[in-house]
Amino acid sequence: MKRLLPVLACSATLLLAACSQGNSVPVAQAAAPESDTGGSRHGDFGPPQGEPIKAVLTSPPNVPPATQRNYPAKVIVELEVTEVDMQIADGVTYTFWTFGGTVPGSFIRVRQGDTVEFHLKNHPSSKMPHNIDLHGVTGPGGGAASSFTAPGHSSQFTFKALNQGLYVYHCATAPVGMHVANGMYGLILVEPPEGLSPVDHEFYVMQGDFYTVGKYREKGHQPFDMQKAIDENPTYVLFNGAESALTGPRALKTQTNQKVRMFVGNGGPNLVSSFHVIGEIFDKVQYEGGTRFQENVQTTLIPAGGAATVEFHTEVPGNYVLVDHSIFRAFNKGALAILEVAGEQRADIYSGKQLDEMYIGDKMASMAPVAEAVKASSTGQLTKEQQIQAGAVLFKGTCSTCHQDTGQGIPNVFPPLAKSDFLLADKNRAIGIVMNGLSGPVTVNGATYNSVMPPMSQLNDDEIANILTYALNSWGNKDGTVSVEDVKKVRANTKRPEGAAH
Amino acid sequence: MRKLMLALLLATSAANAAAAEQSATTVIPGGKFESVLPPAPGVKEVSLKPFQLDRRPVTNAQFATFLKTQPQWRRDKIAHIFADDQYLSHWQSPAEPRKEDLQRPVVNVSWFAATAYCESRGARLPTWYEWEYVAAASNTARDGRDDPAWRQQILNWYSRSGRDALPTVGSTPANFYGIQDLHGVIWEWVEDASGMLVSSDNREQGDPNVMRFCGEGALTMEQKENYATLMRIAMLSSMKARYTGGAMGFRCATGGRDGK
Repeated sequence: MKRLLPVLACSATLLLAACSQGNSVPVAQAAAPESDTGGSRHGDFGPPQGEPIKAVLTSPPNVPPATQRNYPAKVIVELEVTEVDMQIADGVTYTFWTFGGTVPGSFIRVRQGDTVEFHLKNHPSSKMPHNIDLHGVTGPGGGAASSFTAPGHSSQFTFKALNQGLYVYHCATAPVGMHVANGMYGLILVEPPEGLSPVDHEFYVMQGDFYTVGKYREKGHQPFDMQKAIDENPTYVLFNGAESALTGPRALKTQTNQKVRMFVGNGGPNLVSSFHVIGEIFDKVQYEGGTRFQENVQTTLIPAGGAATVEFHTEVPGNYVLVDHSIFRAFNKGALAILEVAGEQRADIYSGKQLDEMYIGDKMASMAPVAEAVKASSTGQLTKEQQIQAGAVLFKGTCSTCHQDTGQGIPNVFPPLAKSDFLLADKNRAIGIVMNGLSGPVTVNGATYNSVMPPMSQLNDDEIANILTYALNSWGNKDGTVSVEDVKKVRANTKRPEGAAH
Repeated sequence: MRKLMLALLLATSAANAAAAEQSATTVIPGGKFESVLPPAPGVKEVSLKPFQLDRRPVTNAQFATFLKTQPQWRRDKIAHIFADDQYLSHWQSPAEPRKEDLQRPVVNVSWFAATAYCESRGARLPTWYEWEYVAAASNTARDGRDDPAWRQQILNWYSRSGRDALPTVGSTPANFYGIQDLHGVIWEWVEDASGMLVSSDNREQGDPNVMRFCGEGALTMEQKENYATLMRIAMLSSMKARYTGGAMGFRCATGGRDGK
């Protein structure tokens, strides 16, 4: 029935427009169902019924069970504010100000129309007074003024949850930015009267930005940096308040063929999140308290002080990475979380890697000379000319990207091989460089280059010998050969880094 | 009555020479400054007469001495309207602090008790403006509030959990005026803590509720980047006069505004 409403509403609106010039307008209006669900105007289901219920609060990433109620109740919420030192990154601690001892704070779940009796307790060890502004409250300050609480005290206020939806709550004590930056936010879900559709897993994830005096991952206890916060230049952007909150052993876990629902909030204080799960598409996204949903969403915007409910179905096993797709935040500031999906492979949906081979694009050349050289080498009849021809093919596939087909390199970036004093000076050094790579400054023909050449671990000794023989006899170079024995000698004298191939 | 108490205190002052020594005061020259709380709309500066201020916060030892002469302020005797249940709860007995706390600032004291202590010395709590004026000084400058390094140093106290033991008084460097421990140790009661923010007849300060939540506070307060001071105000405004706190202490002042 609910799904039908928007359709009906649309046709009624059209009808209304079509008739607006006639005198039947009042009739059409009287017949038109409302195009919305009524919001707070329709959220009051009368006085609370039954015995008061103590709300189940959960720590992230857990979500309390559904209320499973079909009547409005009085729900008692007891939330304790504590100021605690916790790890924000490996070896880095921070004094978080918390609702319930965690960042984000405890998840609260009530039903639309419930009367919520809210008790805010401020632990005696707190340095600061605190309060709470719940975005799900209708009333000035969202409860902030009524819940202002000194350390070692508690306050109480009551509100009726008139609007359904997923709402952020946060501390609103001066200086509010600092209270929020220290982790004082969480989510309250006001279920629609009919409840949410059943799913297999519900998770609670909330993004926040953090400002420390020390740099990202600088060890030790890090104080809050006010100037960075004002400049909106966070040191960390995190899901659930710590870099390792949802990774490794603490990763979110589910199986294939499950319906997953995530309640995703953004505490800010400053940044807007481009929330994305790598390798998944959200089948449904409901913004804030929306009664409609958007489908097939890749990335959804979650404003600071806002939230969205995302749902998707798992098909393919593996690790799915939750990120803020403002992507430097993910890889340089910590905005990463992992969802582990266990189950049977589904190669019909996603194959995994099926092929990994050299791609040499339009430089495609016959590999015949290479095969010919290998054959000749095995019988001890390899000629210098064969080496050069095989080396030319291999050079194009392996070396020319940087050193160029002409052997000229790229000025200031990749050194030349053509008439290179560095190359020609020492055959064994050249073998070693191909084998092991080279990084740091070198002087070639009077110019300094400071880049990185990775080890060409994929090349075997024949291939290295042929490539270098080609290089020593091309672009004006006329100097000798490199034999496979030369290469073997260098390899025997080279200490291979651990884990390197060959 | 008050005069009588003062006389009593003077009579015993010789015995308390050591304690009296610690409550050494410093003369603060008068002057003008810009408070984060403008005294009236459109008025920026606050004028202060010279006054004397305790160099250090009042210690548990000093407060214990006070309770010997005025036992009605002991935790087992105090009237419920003057203090909450946490009052002096960190002491080992109603009359005695723990030994390790003797030279630490007394905390878990209500505004009423702090006021009574200062009156017993013929003094009073400093006003907010007096406190803010002296606390604006850095270690080297009369007004260090624009110095980002100084501001950050003050803020760092808030980046530490309140579960750590308090330091003994005098553990922080003297500021420009020679006053210690204004930052980084405890919160401090001021004379007009309740009148300033919670319920006041003083119309000049506008809506007495403005500070009770930051959305509005941010509109009216000056120096919005002065987080350390804003937090002081938030803290004081959360406290009722009978409330106590594990990091809430005080120091006394004399002279100044009414020549007391």
